[in-house]
Amino acid sequence: MSWFTKVKKPLAAISLRKKRIPEGVWVKCDGCKEIIYTPELERNFRVCLKCGFHHRLPARGRVALLTDSGTFEERDRHLHPGDPLRFKDSKRYRDRIADAQKKTGNEDAIVAGTALLDGRPVEVAALDFDYMGGSMGSVVGEKITRAADRARLSRRPLIVASCSGGARMQEGILSLMQMAKTSAALGELAEARVPYISVLADPTSGGVTASFAMLGDVIMAEPDALICFAGPRVIEQTIGEKLPAGFQRSEFLLKHGFVDMVVPRLEMKKTISKLLGHLCGAQACAQPENDAPAHRA
Amino acid sequence: MAKRGTGTLTNLDFEEPIAEIESKIGELRELSRRDGIDTTKEIRQLHKKVNKLRRETFSKLTPWQRARLARHPLRPYTLDYVCYMTEDFIEQHGDRCFADGVSIVGGFCRLDGRTVMLIGQQKGRTTKEKIERNFGMTHPEGYRKALRLMKLAEKFGRPVITMMDTPGAYPGVGAEERGQSEAIARNLMEMSRLEVPVISVVIGEGGSGGALALGVGNRVMMMENAIYSVISPEGCAAILWKSVDKIEEAAEALRLTAKDLLTLGVIDEIVKEPTGGAHKNPKIAASILRRVLRRNLDELCKLKPDELVAQRRAKFRSIGEFFGY
Ligand SMILES: [Zn+2]
Repeated sequence: MSWFTKVKKPLAAISLRKKRIPEGVWVKCDGCKEIIYTPELERNFRVCLKCGFHHRLPARGRVALLTDSGTFEERDRHLHPGDPLRFKDSKRYRDRIADAQKKTGNEDAIVAGTALLDGRPVEVAALDFDYMGGSMGSVVGEKITRAADRARLSRRPLIVASCSGGARMQEGILSLMQMAKTSAALGELAEARVPYISVLADPTSGGVTASFAMLGDVIMAEPDALICFAGPRVIEQTIGEKLPAGFQRSEFLLKHGFVDMVVPRLEMKKTISKLLGHLCGAQACAQPENDAPAHRA
Repeated sequence: MAKRGTGTLTNLDFEEPIAEIESKIGELRELSRRDGIDTTKEIRQLHKKVNKLRRETFSKLTPWQRARLARHPLRPYTLDYVCYMTEDFIEQHGDRCFADGVSIVGGFCRLDGRTVMLIGQQKGRTTKEKIERNFGMTHPEGYRKALRLMKLAEKFGRPVITMMDTPGAYPGVGAEERGQSEAIARNLMEMSRLEVPVISVVIGEGGSGGALALGVGNRVMMMENAIYSVISPEGCAAILWKSVDKIEEAAEALRLTAKDLLTLGVIDEIVKEPTGGAHKNPKIAASILRRVLRRNLDELCKLKPDELVAQRRAKFRSIGEFFGY
């Protein structure tokens, strides 16, 4: 059974960027512009079979990609956002939440839980771009923090797949503080010497990049993903000139030393599995927390 | 930047009526000194009037007015506080990696006799200084220098005081190439586990991640007229309202004043400013801040290293609002 048949409203929940062919049975690839049979694209985790273009993958698809089929046990599923600022711009935040929940079937822009990866227990969390641009508010911050805490206490490696526009403006300063909260939790995880793999997909930006996304023991990016602090438009406005092609893309970050590797989506699981073999081989990983050496990373 | 309502070079629009009366008082004083005319009565009346007007104006500032006070061209900056409130400051430079990162200054100094590491964002006063300091917008090397100095303080068991005052981390080509995100993220993680007391104060503009990168303290406080926000009112208006005319609405909606943040449980304390703002009397502003810092340092210095780390972690762990399970 593939991942998309397991979720309730799979095809409706998946919105392709740009052009959409009626009925959703055929879609145009954003890379090669060829027409692709949708179920085939979904089965291939939304990587174009013709040109390899990586279309955006929703959170549950990401979890399915990275874990052994049928092993995912979701945690904190019913954690949902409040409206601490009673925020309203052209639209009320409450209404935006309701729309996003309907669109994605998720309470907030993240899915997290425990699963097996090639038989190895892991904690996994994935952000969902379809939910308000994968933005981080209190719920995303809390669920990442809880996942890091579970990973530390159980000594299961943590994998977080980011795909986000950054901090969520509608929760104001509370969103900003989630950067500090998640980073602090990852500091504790690092001290416990439990591996943390950060996976970056298009796009990862702002407060998400500037917190947990950049703190992986190993950071891997999907090909050609936009990974940045300030978005290209903001920079262009600031400096008043056009940016070169490839600026802030995965390969650019690899060249400048800010990601460990660029890994195609369909090789992601295999690569993580191999890495965890290296990282978890030492006995420290197998020991329960109380017996682990009290040593700071 | 918003053009409207900026007032004169040194006075904001809502400061203008107050400044007018003040200058009239000055004229009357000059008159009595020069021509020996008795203006005591008039001066006393004007004093009464200006005090009343000042109290009224500053007791009902809108968030946007507050934001403009936080960015006031005469507002004291980090080095002003260093000057008014500390002794023996020795500035250190450089991230030992690429550059100095001059929109942040830092070094050991003495605060009420106690050695502390003071690190803060620094804006420029003159045009030349502004450009040199990159308008207080920090590059990755600024954050890396700050972290280096914090680790140095930790190594020698000295408390860390950070001062935040920036429109934001610099959005530029070089900053991205040199890992702006990584620099901020690293600071957040490392600051959370420093084994010495850390006090963070927003003295002016707390511009998003660019400020937070210095803001993971055991105590986080804001000056009365400072702001602290996930995005600037201008940025928020442009993105969510798609209109620069909605800055005031955005400033209101973001809940970015010191009072708001205290209510939201993000900061621990508001540091009073002289009426009219810190720029009206930087010396007094600094002496109030010094007393607040001293009291907090006295408390924090009683904690053991692991207690300090645990307190800081628990503090940030508890921030956020969510429901369900
Ligand atoms: Zn294609």
